[in-house]
Amino acid sequence: MSIAVVRFPGSNCDTDVLHALGAVLAHPVHEVAHTDADLGAASAVIVPGGFSYGDHLRAGALAARSPVVAAVAAFAGRGGPVLGICNGFQILTEARLLPGALARNDGLRFVCRDVHLRVERDGPPFLSRTRRGEIVRLPVAHHDGRYVAPTETLDRLEGEGRVALRYVDAEGRRDPEANPNGSDRAIAGVVNEAGNVLGMMPHPERAVEPLLGGDDGLRILGSLVDALAGRAAEAPA
Amino acid sequence: MSGERVHAAAAAGSDLRARASEFGLTADEFDRIAAGMGRAPNALEAAMAGALWSEHCGYKNSRPLLRRLPTEGPQVLQGPGENAGVVDLGDGLALAFKMESHNHPSAVEPVQGAATGVGGILRDIFAMGARPIAVLDSLRFGPLEHPRTRYLLHGVVEGIASYGNAVGVPTVGGDLAFHPGYLENPLVNVMALGVLRTEELQSGTVGAPGNRLLYVGSRTGRDGLGGAVFASADLHGGSSEDRPAVQVGDPFLEKQLLEATLAVTAAGVAVGVQDMGAAGLTSSVAEMAHRAGRGVDLDVDAVPRRERGMTPFEVMLSESQERMVLTVEPGREEEVVAILDRYELDHAWIGTVEDHDAFRVLSGGRVVADLPVALVNEPPAYERDHHEDPAVAAARARRPDPQLPDDPGAVLEALVAAPGLASTEPIWRQFDHQVRTDTVVAPGAADAAVLRIKGARQGVAATVDANPRLASLDPYAGAVLSVAEAYRNLSSVGAEPLGVTDNLNFGNPERPTVYHQMVRAVDGLRDACAALGTPVTGGNVSLYNQWRDGDVDRAIPPSPTVGMVGVLPDVRRHATLGLKRAGDRLWLVGEGTDELGGSAYLAHLHGLEEGAPPACDLAREAAVGTVVRRLIQDGFIDTAHDVGEGGLAVAVAEMTFPNDVGAAIDASAGAPTGTRWDAALFGEAPGRIVIAAPPDRSDAIEAALRTAGVPWSVLGRAGGDALVLRLTDPDRTVRRPVARLRSAHEAPIEEALRDG
Repeated sequence: MSIAVVRFPGSNCDTDVLHALGAVLAHPVHEVAHTDADLGAASAVIVPGGFSYGDHLRAGALAARSPVVAAVAAFAGRGGPVLGICNGFQILTEARLLPGALARNDGLRFVCRDVHLRVERDGPPFLSRTRRGEIVRLPVAHHDGRYVAPTETLDRLEGEGRVALRYVDAEGRRDPEANPNGSDRAIAGVVNEAGNVLGMMPHPERAVEPLLGGDDGLRILGSLVDALAGRAAEAPA
Repeated sequence: MSGERVHAAAAAGSDLRARASEFGLTADEFDRIAAGMGRAPNALEAAMAGALWSEHCGYKNSRPLLRRLPTEGPQVLQGPGENAGVVDLGDGLALAFKMESHNHPSAVEPVQGAATGVGGILRDIFAMGARPIAVLDSLRFGPLEHPRTRYLLHGVVEGIASYGNAVGVPTVGGDLAFHPGYLENPLVNVMALGVLRTEELQSGTVGAPGNRLLYVGSRTGRDGLGGAVFASADLHGGSSEDRPAVQVGDPFLEKQLLEATLAVTAAGVAVGVQDMGAAGLTSSVAEMAHRAGRGVDLDVDAVPRRERGMTPFEVMLSESQERMVLTVEPGREEEVVAILDRYELDHAWIGTVEDHDAFRVLSGGRVVADLPVALVNEPPAYERDHHEDPAVAAARARRPDPQLPDDPGAVLEALVAAPGLASTEPIWRQFDHQVRTDTVVAPGAADAAVLRIKGARQGVAATVDANPRLASLDPYAGAVLSVAEAYRNLSSVGAEPLGVTDNLNFGNPERPTVYHQMVRAVDGLRDACAALGTPVTGGNVSLYNQWRDGDVDRAIPPSPTVGMVGVLPDVRRHATLGLKRAGDRLWLVGEGTDELGGSAYLAHLHGLEEGAPPACDLAREAAVGTVVRRLIQDGFIDTAHDVGEGGLAVAVAEMTFPNDVGAAIDASAGAPTGTRWDAALFGEAPGRIVIAAPPDRSDAIEAALRTAGVPWSVLGRAGGDALVLRLTDPDRTVRRPVARLRSAHEAPIEEALRDG
């Protein structure tokens, strides 16, 4: 069993995710093409960042209608862990696997910088290596990362504890300056009802080695690897 | 030049020679082509020859000068003449790199002009079989406060961001300067780097007769018609109506083309790979044929098109983006096509390599153009009479002697906020500088970009430098100082300099004073690159960068832009410029200065652009760079910053910003006694690097400096929340909070972008 990384035409963070999981975390990984209706022997799926289909129509809109995403939806429906990063988050919202949408940044500019995030939820499969209230630092790099949803949806997400990550300053405070794109309620990541699908704008795969400036991304990708190891241990022999 | 006008010329038959200028040819050049062919060219042939003989493709004004440049060294795997230069990184790894300009398109349509500039240089890199790993850009605009500058700056940044971010190659650095001489004619010079395994090095060749030419990528449209000729013409009043000559880029297609080309290269199934750049199919196929010394038959009817009714002229001269030509041996066609299909790319077999020596274009079974390959690839080379503009010589001869300002702190605060010195962070935040996860230091955090290579110990460093003020006063010195600065920038991160790509941006070479600038700048590049052991492996020439300003022709400042690459033996051992620990000792490696000529201080505080640029001792430069590299590579220092524009005080101020660590320095350290404080603080003499390390390493560091035989002095100490400058004459201490200097440093570009 290995983690499937989905590659669409225009994906450009796929190799970064493969490197983070394969080389840094030494976990088995394989690539799945946009045309594949089968995810192979996938224990989890990562939908990476990039500009799938050149962001034509809307970011993620075309990818959400590709054969592989139907397979990802079925996998998620069976409880399989699915992580969407950046464009992957956009795709998962377009595919209705996650609520809300990602709109153009409020500054109308692409923004590439490190942000601080407060972990709002912990536990497997994505956040077992963190604790609620902890502050982590990860990079963002996007033009359409402003999370928006109707007020009732936002209230529900908050009430059900489905907001996973929130943009804050280094001390953990909400601050408009710390919100890089103007997201509603500073939301940087959300999970689905069952908690097995996480979408997030920040890039954990870019923060897995101190040489590149930080390794807080291991909290998330490492949690996933731990969860899969746990599942493997629980699985009947 | 429009298609219609060319056809009109063809209809006129004997009028063709009289209309030579519409093809970018002089009457003499037209005659040379006719003589070489043994008959008069038809309109298509004249247009193809005109494009190939344009400055952009044929370098007819610069070739004799370019021959002066040193191009060889043990590290050079590929010198000038291919799509990009290649240097050896050791352990079977190599680095392809090149810089190219997109000045004229960016003047007319900044977003697409800059975007397609990124696209074009990336194709040059992956045509070599190299995976692009980084982009840097050197941007020049008019005065920052001018509305046109804001419009252009905003557009160019958006263009680079929209293309580079989407294609997934990080933009990791660059440089930015403002000067009134660029008001109507900005410069957009883009440099790209790529890594390859040495055995995968590709060539843009057609190989042997029988091979087949495969067209890959975007369909051919009517966009960018005559772009090579356009790029080689003055910008005139109606240039904004030249929009059809500016191409539109599609980074999504480029990404597919990149992956497919590298898959083809890795599979070893192509004989040759070539980007279609300026002059489109005409120049790419002509160059490939010329490299192999073979002829080619090209079936223009087979070329995929975006619209019906396109003529052979339009197809052959189109500069539609995202197109490549591959050469494939018979029998391997299916392997190549299988790879292209995987990336859903359009392709078509458009020609064959022949045993003759002509570039023949066929349409409807008839030969519609038949040009000798050698003739069109070897344009005339002009060596022109030249002389210096006496006004430049006079400005250089003046000895600047400005009145001393009252407050050194106020001068420093003004300089860190001056356009060209102010923080470029609001720009590079819009560039994805991290994608591919190889970027070891963020833009602005060190003097050069540093990238790792996954799975290797080595790292790669790159920088791009030019100084319009110094080059205006003395193009020779300007070029030397730009090479010296690039060398110093690489040394300051700990990288061994390997090679140079140059972008020669000048005005109209037919003007003797402009040609003089070119001659002097190239001589400066030659001498500096030879002395520092950094051969020039390729580059680009952009001429006719000028415009009409009322009754006068205004040329841009002479702008020899230098891109330099280097290798870090162990990428973990590198330095950044920010002070890291209170208590660290600061040293100045190199001598203090009493020279102010051509400095940012003179220009911004006194409105003076005069004096001789500071003298550059290249042997000293090499010695200073070498010892600093050694100290970094041996792990003694992790903090270094070269002294460049703005001088010593600005350099140390910049070191205080990243980590909020202040410093106190002796402003006259190493300077000759009696030096004015403004020269000591803000003079721009080369050969100087500030380093910092914990004091317990002093003995080892100072021993290394002594052994190297370079001048050095203890500059001061890191710590506190202010920058403190101690002056000796008069005896006073100037203090400025780091936070205050930094907010002055960060504001100007952000404001300009907001208003753009």
